[in-house]
Parts: sequence; structure tokens; C-alpha cells
Amino acid sequence: MSSVIDVRDLRTHIVTRWGTIKAVDGVSFALGEAETLGLVGESGSGKSMTCLSLVRLVPRPAARIVGGEVRLDGEDLLAKSDAEMQQIRGRKVAMILQDPMSSLNPVFSIGMQMREPLAMYHRLRGAAVTARAAELLAAVRIPSPETRLRAFPHQLSGGMRQRVVGAMAIAGPPRLLIADEPTTSLDLTIQAQYLGLLKELQQRHRFAMIFVTHNLGIVARTCDRVAVMYAGRIVEIGPVRRIFTEPAHPYTRALLESIPRFGARRERLTAIAGQPPDLASLGAGCAFAPRCPAAFERCATAPSETAIAPGHATRCWLHARA
Amino acid sequence: MLGRESNGALLAVENLTKHFVVRRGALGWSTGVVRAVDAVSFDIPAGSTLGLVGESGCGKTTTSKLILALETPTAGSIRFEGREVSALDREGRRAYRRAVQAVFQDPYASLDPRMRVGAVIAEPLVINADLDAAGRRRRVAELLDVVGLPERAATLYPHEFSGGQRQRIAIARALALSPKLVVLDEPVSALDVSIRAQILNLLVELQQRLGVSYLFIAHDLAAVAHMSRTIAVMYLGKIVEIGDADAIALEPKHPYTKALFAAALPIDLDRPREEITLSGEVPSPLAPPSGCRFHPRCPFAMPHCATEEPALRPESGRLVACHLY
Ligand SMILES: Nc1ncnc2c1ncn2[C@@H]1O[C@H](COP(=O)(O)OP(=O)(O)O)[C@@H](O)[C@H]1O
Ligand SMILES: Nc1ncnc2c1ncn2[C@@H]1O[C@H](COP(=O)(O)OP(=O)(O)O)[C@@H](O)[C@H]1O
Ligand code: SF4
Ligand code: SF4
Ligand SMILES: [Mg+2]
Ligand SMILES: [Mg+2]
Repeated sequence: MSSVIDVRDLRTHIVTRWGTIKAVDGVSFALGEAETLGLVGESGSGKSMTCLSLVRLVPRPAARIVGGEVRLDGEDLLAKSDAEMQQIRGRKVAMILQDPMSSLNPVFSIGMQMREPLAMYHRLRGAAVTARAAELLAAVRIPSPETRLRAFPHQLSGGMRQRVVGAMAIAGPPRLLIADEPTTSLDLTIQAQYLGLLKELQQRHRFAMIFVTHNLGIVARTCDRVAVMYAGRIVEIGPVRRIFTEPAHPYTRALLESIPRFGARRERLTAIAGQPPDLASLGAGCAFAPRCPAAFERCATAPSETAIAPGHATRCWLHARA
Repeated sequence: MLGRESNGALLAVENLTKHFVVRRGALGWSTGVVRAVDAVSFDIPAGSTLGLVGESGCGKTTTSKLILALETPTAGSIRFEGREVSALDREGRRAYRRAVQAVFQDPYASLDPRMRVGAVIAEPLVINADLDAAGRRRRVAELLDVVGLPERAATLYPHEFSGGQRQRIAIARALALSPKLVVLDEPVSALDVSIRAQILNLLVELQQRLGVSYLFIAHDLAAVAHMSRTIAVMYLGKIVEIGDADAIALEPKHPYTKALFAAALPIDLDRPREEITLSGEVPSPLAPPSGCRFHPRCPFAMPHCATEEPALRPESGRLVACHLY
């Protein structure tokens, strides 16, 4: 199967007061049609910066994509002009962010903000725009869509706003949907509803999806593949089942052991020692070494990626072939 | 036992109710009543943990504020060590406030950024304990050690610490007066996943060492099940299921409790738990649905669910408020 999105050795650097941060440091993965990649890792590990790099929306001038390839259906997005990129963001790659208000304008009605991209990227006019907007709201199961088109964002609940953003995201329909912690601010039962909706839309439109979350339960239920990020790198990537049943990287293992689970009652959780890394002061070796119970001499240099099973790879000296 | 062992409980809450009168409409001409906490009853035995779960707005924080005497109940009673809290005299109330402490979700907001950590932790000691400056310093060092921070942390400011360390500071401060009950309102929600287990382990260890009771509030059912002996599930101000934590975690009975499990990681990917996806949103607490408050979203709702409010009744070793049982 050919990939919808194929990312190779993506690198994004950010210049800060404390020096240059390698926020995305050689990230590679590929996704096919209707496939979902769960991107997990603690805050600051580079998940959002990876997503923003894919659509070339990194905060400039501080952040800059310094290398790699991002191929969407074979075409390298990093080689496109700004104008071409804008078209691609309007139609082929859609993004849903954690805070729906960062995608909605508080002073315009829902209908007004849905109209603009529909007119611009789909060349719809007049009543056809309104009809399409209402259709999209209905597709994300917003009740009485015609009425809601006249509503303003503040008149909707958080869950409803995120549905509106979802409706705008699938207008393309996109080839790739990037959802960066879209449910984190929603309540649990509303999260479950929203995820169900995204999966349903994916079945219909067959887009590839990158789903950023720190909730491993959500990953287990919605993703086909999982990429675990640590300090700007993917330290392990593989099929969901393999990652949950045979995690290879010590960080992945520790993460899975540290979360409480029903029925597996233990007095103590296996906590990960130490603090999340500070990207501004990373050494040359494996970034997890200061917290890794298995660290040894070799870990003073950075491990490269090793394939350990079909579709399953990790960056750890324990798995490197001699 | 069902979270209702009135004799000998450290804290016994009965029919606790809090109504807020709020203005409605753009001009605030009319008023409405939010029944934030509506006839809630539970016990917390000494040295034990009661976990309180439910979606935001269901009344968890209001319940904790009532217990912390930061809000006055509209009705109902709170008994602490057998004594009615509302009937306590001045001295009794002071003692109560010392005995019941709190740790909140946001370690950034709850620590004064201009105070050194030593002063932050010592603050409750200044007002409430007969200690001189040297005695307070010793107690601060002891508390820092208890929560796993180095002694020199006392000389630094809160912003010089990570989120997890700041939560340790907040815990040290809460323990300063040797409380008997600590209210933990979403203590790990703002922390990174890799740090949460550290704090949960610390809390369990402190309970074993000090015999302190917890009211543990979270929306993560798995974390609550891990921490608690008893779980109470709230929906729109009411407890809909309460009982033994393991029993509820392994076999939830109320349809809402079942739905709450959706976000938890199953133990076995091949045997996912019975899962319910709810339609609709949580209704406004200003106008809660008639009958069972959950009926507009419940996939099992029956005609009489819209008219008759289910009472908490014993079912499979816990109490459940649902007409299915
Ligand atoms: N606008 C910015 N300026 C400077 N540094 C930033 C900016 N945005 C993110 N970073 C840094 O880049 C790194 C990766 O951040 P991010 O991708 O947002 O992480 P995540 O989404 O995994 O939480 C972090 O170390 C963060 O501090
Ligand atoms: N001071 C207040 N005035 C009016 N309404 C309030 C006040 N405090 C809380 N509420 C309302 O009471 C309900 C319960 O809130 P809260 O106890 O904070 O819930 P939770 O902690 O479970 O999220 C909510 O509908 C909230 O809006
Ligand atoms: S490379 Fe070394 S330090 Fe890094 S995860 Fe593997 S064993 Fe641990
Ligand atoms: S009482 Fe009826 S509506 Fe309420 S939870 Fe039970 S079945 Fe559902
Ligand atoms: Mg992010
Ligand atoms: Mg709250």
C-alpha cells in the first residue's frame, strides 16, 4: 500500500534564550489510507512541533524546519511555495487543536467562518455554501445545523465547538487529519463521543490520521500504530498491539507500567524516576539515560533506530544489533 | 461497607446539599438555583480513602469546599470525629480547620510565587503551632524529607521547581499541621504522565506512614480505583453509585459509571470492557432533567426513568441509583 503521508528525518530547531532546541530531531514515519497513528509522550517532547512542521506552521522566526522530507501522496510539502502550501492546508491536510477557540473566531457566527474556506477552496457560492456548511455540521452530528450556523462560538459548549472544528476539518475532505490533543479539555464521556465520531468520519473519507494524546487508553482504542516521542525523537514506533504487549524501549515500558489499571491492583505503581528532560540542555547520548534503569556505557552516545519486527522499531542500545 | 459506616468514621457526611443562587439571562433579571451538591452522603473511616469521580461540574469541588468549611452547606450535616461541624465553637472550628487540609490541582496557582518554599510550608505553622523560628525550620526540613525533596529546597522559590516537585511542596504544606484528613482535588491532573505515578505513590506511602484519611477527587477512574477503598460516582450533584472500589472498578453497575470507563486503558486488549458511548451533553445543573437526571443520555432509559427519581439501593455489594436494579 502506498503511503498517504511519508515523513523522513524531519528536523525542526527553535532558537531560544537558552540556546537552540532540537524540538523535532530526525522524526520518520509513514501512514496509509484510513490508518491512525497515535503520537504519545510527555509535554515538551515535540509532538505539537512535529504536527506543526508537517503543515509548515512552526512559530517563526524562532522555529525553523532545518531538514527532512514530508511527502503527501508522494509530493514533498517542504518544497512547496507558501501559496501552494496554503491551498494544501485548506483542502488536503486538516488540523484539530486542543483548544477549539484557537481555530474559531469569537466575533463571527459559525456560518460566517465556515463560509470563507468553502468559497475559497471549493468555489461554492450563495445558497450552496450554506447548504454545504449545514451538511458538514450534520455530519458531525450537531443538532439543528441550520440554526447553529447563526450561533456564535461562545454560545456553544466546548464539545460542540470541537465538533464545529471537526466539521471544518473534514470539508476537504482531507487526505490527512492531524488532531493535536483534541479531547484533552473535554469531559470523559464527551471525549469518547468525539473519538467515535472521528473514527466514523475516517471510515467514510479514508483519511490518514495523526492523533496526539497522552491518554494511552484512547490510543489503545483508536489507533493502528503508536509512536512514542521523547526529547524530540520517536524512541519507539509500532503496531498498537505490539507496543502494548511487547514494548521494547525502556521509556515505553515504564510509561505503561506507571499508569493505574483496573483489576491489576498493586500497592505501588512503577514510577519513572527523575524529571522530564530539558531540551535546552540535552547531552550527546540517549536522552532517556538519566532516568533509565537499564542504562549502560554505550548509552553515552545516541542510539539510532533499529527494526525489531515488521513495522516495529526502537532507538535503544539494548535492541541494537552488534 | 458501602461507604456508610457511621459509627467510628472520621468524617460522616449526610444529605449534604449546596445550592447556589445565580442570575440568569443577559441582564441578570431572573435568578436560578444550581443544585451543585444534592443530598450527598458518605463516610470516610480513619486512615482510609474515599474516591470521588464524575465529569466537571458534577459537584466534586463544591463537596470538597463544604468539607473544608470554605462554603456553608444549604442543608445536611458534616460530622467529624462524631461532632457536628456546624455546631462547633470557635476553638472547635479552629481545631477542625487544622485537622482538615487540602491539595489542589494546580500547583502553580496554589503556591505564592513571591515566597520561598520554606516560608510557604511554614506558613500554617506560624499561625497554628507553638513553635519558635528554629522549631519551624526543623519541621520544614522534616516535611521536605517526608515528600522526598532536599532540605535546600526551602531556600528556593516555587518557580524553580517542576510541576511534580511543586505538587510535593503543596503536599508538604498540607501535612504541616499533621492533619487527619487531606482533601486531594485533582492532585495529579495537571502533571505529566511520567510524574503522576511518583505523586500517587507518595500519597499512598504517606497514608501508610501517617494514617491520614483522603478524599481523593479525580476524573480518571483508574487512578481513583488505584487510590481508594471506596468510590463514589457523582452525576449532576447526586451520587449515582457508591461502594467498594474494586467491586465498582471490576464491575460497574450504573450506566453512567460504565460509560466513564471508556477512557481507561484495558488490562487485556483482547477483552475490552463493556463500553457505552453516551449521546448528548451534560445538561445544565440549573435545570436538571426530571426523574433520573441521567435519563436523556442513558442508552437503557425506560419510560418511568423520566418521571421517577431512583433512590440509592443496595445492589451487588454497593449502592446504585438506577431503575435497572
Ligand atoms: N514558540 C516556542 N518558542 C520556543 N520554544 C518552544 C516553542 N514552542 C515549543 N517550544 C519548545 O519546543 C519543545 C517541543 O514542544 P512541543 O512540540 O510543544 O511539545 P509537546 O506538544 O510534545 O508538548 C519544547 O521543549 C518546548 O519548550
Ligand atoms: N460559587 C458558585 N456560584 C455559582 N455556581 C457555582 C459556584 N461554584 C460552583 N458552581 C456550580 O456548581 C456546579 C458544581 O461545580 P463544581 O463543584 O466545581 O464541580 P466539579 O468540581 O465536579 O467540576 C457547577 O455547575 C458550577 O458551575
Ligand atoms: S539507549 Fe540506554 S539509556 Fe537509552 S533507553 Fe536504551 S538502555 Fe536506556
Ligand atoms: S434510572 Fe433509568 S435512565 Fe437512570 S441510569 Fe437507570 S436506566 Fe438509565
Ligand atoms: Mg503539544
Ligand atoms: Mg473541580
